[in-house]
Amino acid sequence: MKPDAANPAVGAGHVNPRPRMGFFTDTSVCIGCKACEVACKEWNQLPAGKLDFLAMSYDNTGALGASTWRHVAFVEQPTPAGGVRWLMSSDVCKHCTEAACLDVCPTGALFRTEFATVVVQPDVCNGCGYCVPACPFGVLDQRAGDGRVWKCTLCYDRLRDDQEPACAKACPTSSIQFGPLDELRARARHRVGAVRAAGEPAARLYGADAGDGVGGAGAFFLLLDEPAVYGLPADPTTSTRDLPSMWRAAAGAAAALAAATAAALLGGRR
Amino acid sequence: MNAAPSAAGAGYYGRPVLKAPVWKWEIPAYFFTGGLAGASATLALGARATGNPALRRGAAAAAAAAAALSPPLLIADLGRPARFANMWRVAKITSPMSVGTWVLTAFAPAAVGAAVCEWRGRLPRSARLLEVVAGGLGPVMATYTAVLLADTAVPAWHGARRQLPLVFASTAAASAGAAAALLTPACAAAPARRLVVLGVSGAVAASRAMDRTLGAQAVHHRSPEATAATVALVAGAGAVAFAGCRPRRRVVGVVGAALTLVGAALERVAVTQAGRRSALASR
Repeated sequence: MKPDAANPAVGAGHVNPRPRMGFFTDTSVCIGCKACEVACKEWNQLPAGKLDFLAMSYDNTGALGASTWRHVAFVEQPTPAGGVRWLMSSDVCKHCTEAACLDVCPTGALFRTEFATVVVQPDVCNGCGYCVPACPFGVLDQRAGDGRVWKCTLCYDRLRDDQEPACAKACPTSSIQFGPLDELRARARHRVGAVRAAGEPAARLYGADAGDGVGGAGAFFLLLDEPAVYGLPADPTTSTRDLPSMWRAAAGAAAALAAATAAALLGGRR
Repeated sequence: MNAAPSAAGAGYYGRPVLKAPVWKWEIPAYFFTGGLAGASATLALGARATGNPALRRGAAAAAAAAAALSPPLLIADLGRPARFANMWRVAKITSPMSVGTWVLTAFAPAAVGAAVCEWRGRLPRSARLLEVVAGGLGPVMATYTAVLLADTAVPAWHGARRQLPLVFASTAAASAGAAAALLTPACAAAPARRLVVLGVSGAVAASRAMDRTLGAQAVHHRSPEATAATVALVAGAGAVAFAGCRPRRRVVGVVGAALTLVGAALERVAVTQAGRRSALASR
């Protein structure tokens, strides 16, 4: 297959990129079984979390973190008829086209793979923590007692052996679908139309638009309500997009500092 | 946590969308020492150019001391301090931290080396070259850290991206003036005192501009430490200006300079904490 210019793996310098791989998480068929969370923990040998009761419906995981690379959200919505509607969604790193974490990493520990996914190299990361506030989705975090930052690798090791990621493999309802991103996007466009027609007019794709603030996500979602309901930012933006203007502002301030110093030194002279 | 959750703004069980920065006290401390070192090195270079050797020595000593403190602070904050050298694996213009690493790598040895040559009375030509390197990089040292904060998803930082460099440059100038005023015979330190006044005026103006731009996010920049920083900076600058080089007001001048330094340090703490609050409030 001819590599296309839109593939961020090409931009990252891969001469033989593979097709861009990603996740399409169709939350309309998620049943909240958390098999993805468990499979991810097992395959990636992630440390267990604290056994906790969060009083957040069936969600006792809470959020994505250094040792939680899939997180199933549970939302109980009151319906006009007096019942409850369940929303369940398995969240994951978005593997952004324009990844702020990757841009700001000062060691090169974060890199773009040949599958155009974004991966932290644990043997390089020195735990500077810059990617943590840089991520507009709050995905990355520093692992306590370890010091390094960890996140979903989209099972880079399995991909290199032509295996699908552990979460997608474990998902019993195909809510988590893995494959070449362009195929997933085409499938998702078809699916969202079908879900709307079936009586969910608020159904929408999240992260599937290459024109959004992160250039489109490698892991995108079909949601049944506003992103904020699932704990997702409504308008995530890669902060490095503003870097030229930020460096210009800094240059102006640096010039002002030099000018103020000169003025202070020369000010008393007549 | 503090605000009552509204149905629309509560998001997912009131959980923040963003992760709070993991940086500990060493990072705002470095914002202070790095800014102080940078602005002091530039002041020292300017003092040489204007023929004020006493001020040059005072400012160079402040630059060297603050520059020497900076790398240990940064290394101590790493999750894996033993891997600090990985910062030199790459040079990335997209990472303000990488840019800062390389600037500090050139700046800190130059600032310390210039002062050591001066004290030992050796290698005057090398000392002058190092002074130029440190003085030239000084304004970068004082401002890149603002880009580092602004280049994140944190609303109270990213939203302030136009003004934050000016806030940092101004407080750096004020702290450099104050440190030089402390380390220089009073009657040679008039330019340092003027720098304190200019820096504090700039910091107050830039902070106000920042609040106006931030709109609703400005609430995160209001805190006891921010108020204390402003009070200390303004009172310090007033005292420094009032004292001048009059021997009978020497104590007032020293207290004023010390207050200015405290205010400049508190300002960095306040800005850092504002970012943490705004990240935790994100829905």
